[in-house]
Amino acid sequence: MTTRLTNTDRPGDGPPAAVDGGPHSTASPATRVLGVLVLVASGVLAVLGLVASPADTELGETVRLLYVHVPVVAAAYLAIVITTVGSVAVLWKRSQWWDLVAGSAAELATLLTALTLVTGMIWGRPTWGVFWVWDARLTSTAVLFLLLLGYLAVRRTTTDQVSRATRSAVVGMLLLPNVVIVNRSVEWWRSLHQDPTLITLDPKIDGLQLFTLVFGIATATLLLVWLLIHRFRVAWMAQRVEAHELDDAIAVRRAEAVGS
Amino acid sequence: MSQWGYVAAGWLVVVVAVVGYATAVLRRGRALSRRLPPEERRWL
Repeated sequence: MTTRLTNTDRPGDGPPAAVDGGPHSTASPATRVLGVLVLVASGVLAVLGLVASPADTELGETVRLLYVHVPVVAAAYLAIVITTVGSVAVLWKRSQWWDLVAGSAAELATLLTALTLVTGMIWGRPTWGVFWVWDARLTSTAVLFLLLLGYLAVRRTTTDQVSRATRSAVVGMLLLPNVVIVNRSVEWWRSLHQDPTLITLDPKIDGLQLFTLVFGIATATLLLVWLLIHRFRVAWMAQRVEAHELDDAIAVRRAEAVGS
Repeated sequence: MSQWGYVAAGWLVVVVAVVGYATAVLRRGRALSRRLPPEERRWL
């Protein structure tokens, strides 16, 4: 499915508006298995996070918010890594495949970063007493969210595939450095946000709480992979449909010119 | 609002957003796949 990035890359014969045959979806046997795994893992996470794991001695019941907040953050970071890697590949290899991967991952990263902000705010209210403070971690995450919106906006500024891929790849390369700033912000600046909980030699949680958090991150990673595959296939088909429709329009114009 | 209220709100937001997004992606994929010949949607 790897294709070189070019504006003339489209199948020769334009298809009819509706084509029968084959499954009409973005699913495949592998994604169905993955989807079932995600559903089962999500159910287990809900039981672990809401029922089985104990309340925290300091955070009380609100620790249960971390079992969705932290996995969402981890998935957002992973989606951003994929976007930046894809952006580098677009500029290096002029690959259309990587452009679609980067664009799909960026859309998911935007959703997940928005959820990061919202779940963080919901956690902040009972913990800090306010939904929002202009703290280093929160502010840098908000900047990251705006950067992701900018990336998606750049992808919509032109219909020319080469320009779109090149311009968005330049913005996409800025995303990963921003994630490093967000991640390190609690160490570089004085922050209300807590220090790293997991990525340390001495994790600050243990037992079932630690297991639930790690299980949540694994579940979110599986979910990201499942969503990314489907979103990529949608992007691939949208690009193909656009190419076919352009071919059809050209064929109609040619027929009109010959007839007149 | 009690602590459980915030917990419920946080989990609900995530579930609704993810399920909503996944549904939108799957529906768009289904609509697009009807406009392409089978050889262009042979998934691995």
